[in-house]
Amino acid sequence: MTYLRVLWAHLQKDLRLEWRSKDAINGMLFFSLLVVVLFSFAFDPTTAVSRQIAGGILWVALLFAAVTALNQTWTRELRHHVLDAQRMAPAAPGALFLAKVLANFLFVAAVEIVLAPIFIVFYNLHALGQGWLLWIVLPLGTLALVINGTFFGALSLRTRNRELLLPLILFPISIPAVLAMVESTTAILTGEYDPGLWIRLLTGYDVIFITLSLLLFATILHAE
Amino acid sequence: MSADPAAVQLEAVSKIYGDFAALRKVTAQFTAGQCYVILGENGAGKSTLLRVIAGLLHPTFGSVHLFGSETAQEARQRIGYLSHASMLYDEMTALENLRYFAALYANAPTLPPQEALTLVGLDPILKRPVGQYSQGMRQRAALARVLLAQPELLLLDEPFSNIDAASAEQMLRVLAELRRQRRTILLTTHQPELARPLADVFCQMCQGEIVAWNPVATNAGGVA
Repeated sequence: MTYLRVLWAHLQKDLRLEWRSKDAINGMLFFSLLVVVLFSFAFDPTTAVSRQIAGGILWVALLFAAVTALNQTWTRELRHHVLDAQRMAPAAPGALFLAKVLANFLFVAAVEIVLAPIFIVFYNLHALGQGWLLWIVLPLGTLALVINGTFFGALSLRTRNRELLLPLILFPISIPAVLAMVESTTAILTGEYDPGLWIRLLTGYDVIFITLSLLLFATILHAE
Repeated sequence: MSADPAAVQLEAVSKIYGDFAALRKVTAQFTAGQCYVILGENGAGKSTLLRVIAGLLHPTFGSVHLFGSETAQEARQRIGYLSHASMLYDEMTALENLRYFAALYANAPTLPPQEALTLVGLDPILKRPVGQYSQGMRQRAALARVLLAQPELLLLDEPFSNIDAASAEQMLRVLAELRRQRRTILLTTHQPELARPLADVFCQMCQGEIVAWNPVATNAGGVA
C-alpha cells in the first residue's frame, strides 16, 4: 500500500511537471509528425506498399521521438539536485522507476493518439489482418521503448554526453523489440502472416526488461 | 569528552577523485545534540564531508557510522540534508513540492507541509512556483523540505549563502529552536559570525582534513 502511495506521488509529480512545461510531449509530437509527413512525401507510396512499410516508419518515428522525451525525464531530476533528495528519502527506488516508466508511457501514448489518424490518412491505411491486435501491439511496443529508455536514461545520467549516450545504448538493445513491433504491425496491416510469434516475443521482452530494470535500478540510483 | 552517544562517527574517511583527495583520512566523532559549525576555504572538503555523511558519496577508504551502526536505509529517515541547490522543482509551488516529498516519507512521522512552511516564514497558500521565488525564499523553502521528516541529524551546507538578512534571521531562529530540541546539527559556512549563536563547536577544515576543534565555552543557543 505504501509502495503504491509513493508510486502515485512520483507519477502525479511527473504528470504535473509535464502539464506545466509540455517539454516532452511537444518535442515528441513535432518530431514524429515530421518523420511521418516527410516519409510520405519522399516515397509517395501506393496503398499496398504503405502496408508493407508503415510498421517500420511508425515505430522508427516513435523510437526517435521517444528518445527526445526520455533524455529529459531524468534531466529534470538533476536540476537543483532533486535526485539527491529522492536518493535520501526512505522510499523504495523501484517506485520512482515504475512511476517514470508509467509517465513516459502516457506521454508516448498521447503522441500515438494524435499521430494515428494522421498516419492513416497520409498512408491511406486499413488493416487486412486482425486490426484489433494493434490494441495489443501498440501498448506492448510503447512499453518496450519506455522501459529501456527510462532505465538507460538513468544509467547515462551522470555522464557528460548523456544526450548522445542514450540512443547509442538504447537503439542496439531495442533491436529485438523493434523487430517484433515492426513485424507484428506489418503482419496485422498486410494480413500475410500470423503476428502471434512476434507478439509473444514482444511480451517476453517487456517482462524480462522490466524485471531486470527493477532489480538493478536501486544500484544505479545510488551509484555516484 | 561528552558521554552523549555519537550521532556520526568517521573512521579514517578519505574521498579521492583521480589524483585529488577531497577528504584525507578524516577521523571524527560528532556528538548527538550538539551543533558543529564547519569552517574552511573553498575546496577544503566541507561539502564533500557532508555528502559522505549523508550517504550521497561513498568514501574511497574508511567508514561512516550513523547513530551507532544502523543500516543506511534506517539512518536515511533520520537525516535531513540541505545543499547549495534547493532540491525543489521550479515548476511547482512550495506546498506542492513539500507534499510530494512528504509522500516519500510515508512510513515515518512527518510535519504537515503547511506547518513546515509556516515555520520558515513562508505562506503555504502562495501560488507562485518556486522558480519565481527570491534566493532567500527558495532557501527557506528548501529548509522546510528538510524539516518535513523531523530529522535528528541536520546536514546544512552553507545555508546562509546568497540570502538576504531577513531570510538569514528567520533561518537562524528555526535552527536555534532545533538546537534547543537537542537535534544534531552540522553546518558549513563562510559566515562564522552568523552561526556563532548556534555553535557548540567550531571545526576548521583545510585541504580535506579537520585541523582544529574549538568548543564554544557557553552557548545557550539564543537567537534574538
